[in-house]
Amino acid sequence: MAASIGAVVYRALHSRRHRKLLSVGRGLFSGARCLVAEGETHFGFQKVSETEKGEKVYHVFESVAKKYDIMNDSMTLGIHRLWKDILLHQMNPYPGTQLLDVAGGTGDIAFRFINYVRSQWEHQIKQKLKSHQNLSWEEISKSYQEEELKLPGGSQVVVCDINKEMLKVGKQKAQHLGYSEGLSWVVGNAEELPFNDNKFDVYTIAFGIRNVTHIDQALQEAYRVLKPGGRFLCLEFSQVNNPLISRLYDLYSFQVIPVLGEIIAGDWKSYQYLVESIRCFPAQDEFKGMVEDAGFLKVEYRNLSSGIVAIHSGFKL
Amino acid sequence: MRPRVFLPWAPSQLNPGFAAPLTIKDLPAPHLWRGDQLHHTDLTVTAEEHVDEEKYYQLYPGHIPTSPLQKALLSAGSAFMALYNPYRHDMVAVLGETTGSSALRSLRDKMRHDPEGYQILQERPRIRLSTLDVTGLRGLSDGTFGREYVRFLDSNRVSPDTRMPVKFVDDEELAYVIQRYREVHDLMHTLLGMPTNMLGEVVVKWFEAVQTGLPMCILGAVFGPVRLNAWKLQILTTELIPWAVQSGRNASCVLNFYYENRWEQTVESLREEIGILHPPAICV
Repeated sequence: MAASIGAVVYRALHSRRHRKLLSVGRGLFSGARCLVAEGETHFGFQKVSETEKGEKVYHVFESVAKKYDIMNDSMTLGIHRLWKDILLHQMNPYPGTQLLDVAGGTGDIAFRFINYVRSQWEHQIKQKLKSHQNLSWEEISKSYQEEELKLPGGSQVVVCDINKEMLKVGKQKAQHLGYSEGLSWVVGNAEELPFNDNKFDVYTIAFGIRNVTHIDQALQEAYRVLKPGGRFLCLEFSQVNNPLISRLYDLYSFQVIPVLGEIIAGDWKSYQYLVESIRCFPAQDEFKGMVEDAGFLKVEYRNLSSGIVAIHSGFKL
Repeated sequence: MRPRVFLPWAPSQLNPGFAAPLTIKDLPAPHLWRGDQLHHTDLTVTAEEHVDEEKYYQLYPGHIPTSPLQKALLSAGSAFMALYNPYRHDMVAVLGETTGSSALRSLRDKMRHDPEGYQILQERPRIRLSTLDVTGLRGLSDGTFGREYVRFLDSNRVSPDTRMPVKFVDDEELAYVIQRYREVHDLMHTLLGMPTNMLGEVVVKWFEAVQTGLPMCILGAVFGPVRLNAWKLQILTTELIPWAVQSGRNASCVLNFYYENRWEQTVESLREEIGILHPPAICV
């Protein structure tokens, strides 16, 4: 029914040639394109059964795993690094934080977390030295150690991903970059996490939640594994609010990104799926509602790059 | 009738309302429908039907419809990537598909005007390990086309199944023509007596450039030699290229031969029939 409303709106727009309304119509119609029947879900713009979606997503990430990082850099012209840095700044972890990074595959968030915590620790030591406070012998010995036996304060990050190939790439990266302590890699499904209740201080999911078949279940699991006072952070592609940027973004997404996928990774279809899945993901406010439904409080979102990406944050209180 | 505005990007991708209720099953039989008509303004556009975006223009299994802008980007990108990383054979294939439309059309016309070529277009034979009787071919006597072909496959350790499927050609018959060209490429290696190293591939590309006029072959022929050392370049320019070009000019269209029926023919007689001149006595 919504699809036919979309059609009527489209025909009306086209006959009156209202350029300004076209973006609204397009938004309506894109939404209509993503409507599905019961028991069905969307895989990009395709309609598939819910069991199929999980399998298809698994195959997509299995095939892109090796070129995942280089594709991210090419598609976003390196801007994804800034987005992830902003996420970490918003998280502002202190030494001692326990982080769970879901759909963390190749480890970008985990490595940034480790760097942040280490630099926080160094900052703390510097502050103490500046104010002439005496450092304890533990702190002195730690600051001299070249090999960190543990992360400062006992911080820990668990990277959880459903896809073994992505975790494999992540582990290789970690070895290559020299991250070993305080880091663990776990295979798990965001809808059914293999962790006990009330375990983590922060739960992050960066560019992963739109690939989950049942987003509400993933949010409930997030609520479950967080400690009281814990924070939920989600970095995800969202809807652009500026009409001009929206047109350019659509053009770039549909024309350039699959071509980049074909040339760099030899895989057009996976990147076609990627841009379609972004369009079918709920908008900022709707997703905020879903986060609130899972029980989180003080839910806020922050747009980055005019809404191309949004960070949603909530607390378990 | 909705006015047709030419956009370098496919309308369905920016204006989701321009949707058609078609899947590949609904399309009329290929011989009734000219695949080059991509914009059907006489179809009723209904939004009630769910659109499977991928299947809208899909003309054959594996077809990915692309807009002119995407084709341009693909051509540029694949050309660069093929030079940067010569092991990316898929990039060479993509370059051939995105730049070859007029050359493919003239090849198809040549095939249509020749009885054997026309038969190939009708029957659409494919050269694959599953359809080839490799042991039978190996049993043929030395010097026969079939025996030499299998010898070529064995000594270069290649297989006919590694040919890329066609993705970006927007006409189902032309997609078959380029697929046939790819599958015949190995047979060309056999007839020209060239191995699959860089030098051999460049020679075959020169021959194919003259024969087919495909821009990808021309680019490969011109830029392929940049990776060769001086000695190989010398042999190439003094002996191999002149021979390849002359053979290419002298030979009739290589796609007009039903190779699957000619396994027992000797290589020499097949060369004579096609018009390929005797290869120079050089170890490549």
